[in-house]
Amino acid sequence: MDTQTDGRRWHDMGGQDAGPISDDQHDFSLWEKRVDALMILCSGKGYFTVDGLRRVLEDMGEEAFETMSYYERWIASINQNLIESSAYTTEELATKMAEVEARGTTYGDASLGK
Amino acid sequence: MPHDHHDHVSPSGHPYRADDDTPLSYWQTMEIAVRELLVEKDITTAEEINTQIDAMDARSPAIGAALVARAWCDPEFKTQLLADASAASREMGFDIGPMHLIALENTADTHNIVVCTLCSCYPRNLLGLPPDWYKSRAYRSRTVKEPRKVLSEFGVNLPNSMPIRVHDSTADMRYFVIPMRPDGTEDLSQDALAALVTRDSMIGTGIATAPIT
Repeated sequence: MDTQTDGRRWHDMGGQDAGPISDDQHDFSLWEKRVDALMILCSGKGYFTVDGLRRVLEDMGEEAFETMSYYERWIASINQNLIESSAYTTEELATKMAEVEARGTTYGDASLGK
Repeated sequence: MPHDHHDHVSPSGHPYRADDDTPLSYWQTMEIAVRELLVEKDITTAEEINTQIDAMDARSPAIGAALVARAWCDPEFKTQLLADASAASREMGFDIGPMHLIALENTADTHNIVVCTLCSCYPRNLLGLPPDWYKSRAYRSRTVKEPRKVLSEFGVNLPNSMPIRVHDSTADMRYFVIPMRPDGTEDLSQDALAALVTRDSMIGTGIATAPIT
């Protein structure tokens, strides 16, 4: 099917050809569960909606879908939505990310919350 | 050795996703930073995040299975569940949040299967987080086009005469399937019946089967 001309965006996949369904399954790691929790909490507090989450995920495009994991895409979208709703600024984020990165080279070292 | 994965398999039999002991990724750095900023700005607390994770971890297909088993045993409840699954779930004491839930009854004449072609909408409060395949391009793309073939790949082979209804979820409307009660289960208790109700049977990619005696 020509996905360029049928009027649909990349995420609108229903009915397209695709390969076999993989039964690979993984358990969610702590950082993924935290991303999930941030989505539920921040949307529950009115910072954004599930539609806002999806808007950014869809605008990230097909390449992001293919190259980033599910919760990698989610934290990117959550972050974009939180900046848009003025929870914090891009500058504050950049400063904090640099601070986090300086703590260590593994997730365990860099994350202070236990 | 491609099959030498046993050191990385969790008690549930699935591999762990790379986590604390691998190099810090850009997106993990962002997660930590976002979480800390939200705590510093009193938007949330570390405790609230942990409580939310515990609540999500506690959700599993057992919740949906309890609803299904009761519906099998209690015709009045089944009528309620089919009429308003959100209200019936709340009446059972389950926190389903703001989700609009719709129950679909499999019968001898119709098989139902649930998909989310646009993203990954799933009745997470009833079944826990979705399996990876539910979010995959292959399942999202093919289920609406060739459900019979998809079902056969899950080991569910339906006669060609059996109509299949495919339900495409949205963020605001989440479907789950009430599978058919297996034959030979007339004497089972509601709890014993619930144990027969698998996650996949409530997505429609599986069926509930009687225990082998």
